[in-house]
Parts: sequence; structure tokens; C-alpha cells
Amino acid sequence: MGFVNVKKQEVLVKLVYYGPGRGGKTSNLDYINNKFKERIKTDMVSIKTHGDRTLFFDFLPVDIGKIKGFDIKIQLYTVPGQVKYNATRKLVLKGVDGLVFVADSQVEMREKNISSFNQMKENLVAMNKDIAKIPLVLQYNKVDLAEEGVPLLGFDTMEADLNSEIKVPSFEGSAVTGYNVVNTLKKAISLTMVSFKKELL
Amino acid sequence: MYGVTQEQLDQIDALIVSDLIGIGVHSVIVVDVAGNVIAEHDDGKTDIQVHAFAALAAGNFAAVDAMAQLVGEQEFSLHFHKGEDESIHFSKINDDILLITIFGNDVSLGFLRLKTTEVIDKIKEMWQTTEF
Repeated sequence: MGFVNVKKQEVLVKLVYYGPGRGGKTSNLDYINNKFKERIKTDMVSIKTHGDRTLFFDFLPVDIGKIKGFDIKIQLYTVPGQVKYNATRKLVLKGVDGLVFVADSQVEMREKNISSFNQMKENLVAMNKDIAKIPLVLQYNKVDLAEEGVPLLGFDTMEADLNSEIKVPSFEGSAVTGYNVVNTLKKAISLTMVSFKKELL
Repeated sequence: MYGVTQEQLDQIDALIVSDLIGIGVHSVIVVDVAGNVIAEHDDGKTDIQVHAFAALAAGNFAAVDAMAQLVGEQEFSLHFHKGEDESIHFSKINDDILLITIFGNDVSLGFLRLKTTEVIDKIKEMWQTTEF
């Protein structure tokens, strides 16, 4: 439920980065934070454990400019990826307008990607949201590891695992180098704005 | 997606300024449970990163609600954090909206609670006439 504030002429949009633990959700936000420093007036908020894992969420607000006189503020959140934190993931998903699913391209992460994706579907159903309707972009992260000889699943396998039914936009990416991080975000924002427009009309 | 009408926002703003900022509260933020800022006011001397604060406040409220359910309560409708100079008081306006006040030692907690309850009742009254 995006929020339209007529008085302040602003639209608040909640985009959530979801995915398995250590998949690169926080790294995506870190990259965006560094890349668009001049547009981000607030510090990134991260609630982490001592081991530097996301405990609750990361939060990063980004102003993307005006549409028809309204300031569009995109609020980026990540969920904690570790399996045991599903209750927290559900809390962060409250009021979500659009999603980026960050999968880990490493071969050994295949099962974790699939189970995290399935759990995301279940969590959405519990909030009366349909994965087929909510704006969603997939990012197959860590493709940079190929250069170091780490075996990767490959685009086609990941598409077959995660995107065969829903057929949403997907990108190979690398949150560390920044490859496709911005494209993923842009696609997620544009899908979300289009879905808003549909709701408003 | 949802919105609040201009008229509703004007009424809420007027109430917050007269009944809360007027008694010495430093800052008042109305947020929804998704972390969106609906209204914000301060005494002109306070500088808070409102959007980050709202995200954390909504998360905090949701986490405490989840704890309430674990101990068999439906909810804890009021939360209060005491600091040395600044304190934070959270209360629920309805299932979707929270009223957060930040205040110093010059405002007593009892008086603040009384005022926030009054403000919440008035906001609820306003919204009874308009579908929210």
C-alpha cells in the first residue's frame, strides 16, 4: 500500500529486497547508497548482529524526482535472510509495494534460493498478496565469482528454478562490483510505479 | 495504495500543534505500520531523520506486538522509552496508524499520556465521519 500524501505532495513507495541469507541484499543497498549519495539525505539504517548479519532490516530512502508535481520517495528495505528470522521477514513485508528477489548464483546455494523464494510466496499469500500481481524483479547475484573459478548455476538454470512460472524481469548481477544493481532497482521502481498507476485509474 | 485527504491532514496537523507541540513536546510523528510518515511536526529546535525514524518505529512497534502475542496479549497499545534528556512515547491510533511523541524532561509522562489519549480520541472521531 504505497502512501500518497496530498498535503506534502509526496508518494512513499516501499520496495523490499528479499532472498536467502548472505545473498547480497544489504550489499545491493550499500552500493546504491554509495552511488547515489547526493540524492540520499538520510543515513542508511542497518540493524545488524555482532557478526554483521542483518538482524531486522536495512533501510534506505531514495528520492527519484517528481511525477505530476508529486515527490516520489522510494524507501528501500532488506529482510534478514537467515531461515530462523521468518517472523521478522513478515514484519518487514508489511505494506510492501514492490519486491526484488536477490538469489545467490553459487551452485551450492540452489536449494536455499528455491526455499527462500517459496517462503516469500507463502508470506505474500498470508498478506493477501499474489506473487503474480505484485511488482517483482529477480537478481541472480554474485556472477563476479565466475572469474575466481567458483561454480555458478548459470542464468538458464536459475530462470528454470525461480522464474519459469511467474516470468518476471530478471538480471544477472554483482552487488560487489555494481553490475546491474542500478538496472535491477530501476526496473523494480518502474514496475511498481506502473502498478500504482493501474490502481489509481 | 491508500491516501489521506487534505482535509483530514489539516485537521490532524492542527490538533497535533495545539494539543501536543503546544504543551512542550519536541516532535510528533504520525506513521503507518508500513513505516510511511503521514504527518510530522516539531518545535523548530529538533532535527530528526524522520523517514528513518518512522521505519524503525514501525519495526519496533511490530516487534513488540509480536512479543505481546507470545505472552498471550493481543497487543501492547502503548510503549514508552525513557532517556536522559529525550523520551519517546508510542501509541496506536488504530490498527494501521501510530502516534509517536518525542519529549524532554519538562513534560511529565502522565500529562503526555492524558494529552495523547485525547488527541487519539479526537482523530478517531474525525475519521468516523470519513472512511479511511
